Amino acid sequence: MTDISAQDFHDALVAHKLIIPVGVPGAFGRGPVFEDVLRRFGDLVSEAAKGDVAEHMLFPPIIDRRVFEKSDYLESFPQLAGTIFSFSGNDAQHREMMNCVHEHKPWAQYQSMTDVVLAPAACYPIYPQLTGTLPEDGRLVDVQNWVFRHEPSPEPTRMQSFRIREMVRAGRPEQVADWRDMWLERGLALLRRLGLPAEPETASDPFFGRGGRMLAANQRMQKLKFEVVVPVLSAAKPTAVCSFNYHQDHFGLLFDIKTADGQVAHTACLGFGLERVTMALFRVHGYVTAEWPAEVRKVLWP
Amino acid sequence: MIENIRNILKEHARLSADISTLSDTSDLYQAGMTSHASVNVMLALEASFDVEFPDRMLKRTVFQSVSAIREAVEELTAGK
Repeated sequence: MTDISAQDFHDALVAHKLIIPVGVPGAFGRGPVFEDVLRRFGDLVSEAAKGDVAEHMLFPPIIDRRVFEKSDYLESFPQLAGTIFSFSGNDAQHREMMNCVHEHKPWAQYQSMTDVVLAPAACYPIYPQLTGTLPEDGRLVDVQNWVFRHEPSPEPTRMQSFRIREMVRAGRPEQVADWRDMWLERGLALLRRLGLPAEPETASDPFFGRGGRMLAANQRMQKLKFEVVVPVLSAAKPTAVCSFNYHQDHFGLLFDIKTADGQVAHTACLGFGLERVTMALFRVHGYVTAEWPAEVRKVLWP
Repeated sequence: MIENIRNILKEHARLSADISTLSDTSDLYQAGMTSHASVNVMLALEASFDVEFPDRMLKRTVFQSVSAIREAVEELTAGK
């Protein structure tokens, strides 16, 4: 597979009606064929996770600002966060705001911060639900959600809003590490069955600023984040389609989560970037699903 | 210098133990310093000693203990 530019990949996805541009980078719509593949991949994840007896939860794509503030997200990724502001003024202020809007002048001064922020990851609403003492086997929660990252880019795999299928494991350190290792193998096998040349790598998050470089170096050195990568645009710089984060006792301390024997619980999460997996499939197998290899079609459309 | 480093740790490292009970070689991470806290320690050391840690020094081991920090600060202030 030869490399492709971000623009050419974007244009090919648009030409085949897989994505629908809306004018803002990273906020495109999805066509029905794209959605069909995405849903079917999600079903394969469910199938692989069937025996795990996870608790399923569904949250809206916004979270309580207090949970967000408590989670340290703003400390690590201020540049990615999406805080929701709204209007709460009177008639006169409304008229002033609308004058500004119509005259294309700034109108942010008429907005004030609400109690909610856009969910930056699907797992954040889960941690407050785990507060208290876990059962002996710990807990496992399975969610899917739209998440927001403020990183507008013409590169189709770098979106401002996308879906993550995410699972969170809480328990004793060895329970959590074993679960993560098991899913790393499982995730690789699942993606390879779909004909994707998936490989694991040690990774770090895009922490902000100089302090962020230190956090990223710590994360790499302690091997706290792994990604499964697939070449989408380039073989030299493959794209992460699945990510595993081991938080150690970070959320256990913040949200007072204890193991059955009274220790601070460890947590880990794994997330499949559903749009990215879908894009990787179109990039590797072609833009027309009818022409995909028979063994891949058999897995997705049994 | 040690005194100054210890004061910065007291204020920013969010240690679970009292800094005065730790030796210069005690592991600060073991004593409860989180990664985020170590960033605040790093920034406070820069302000206090008027130095800037280069990228190669922005790593866990450099802030592991009082003596490791002293070594790093001495390296940065040498020749000043």
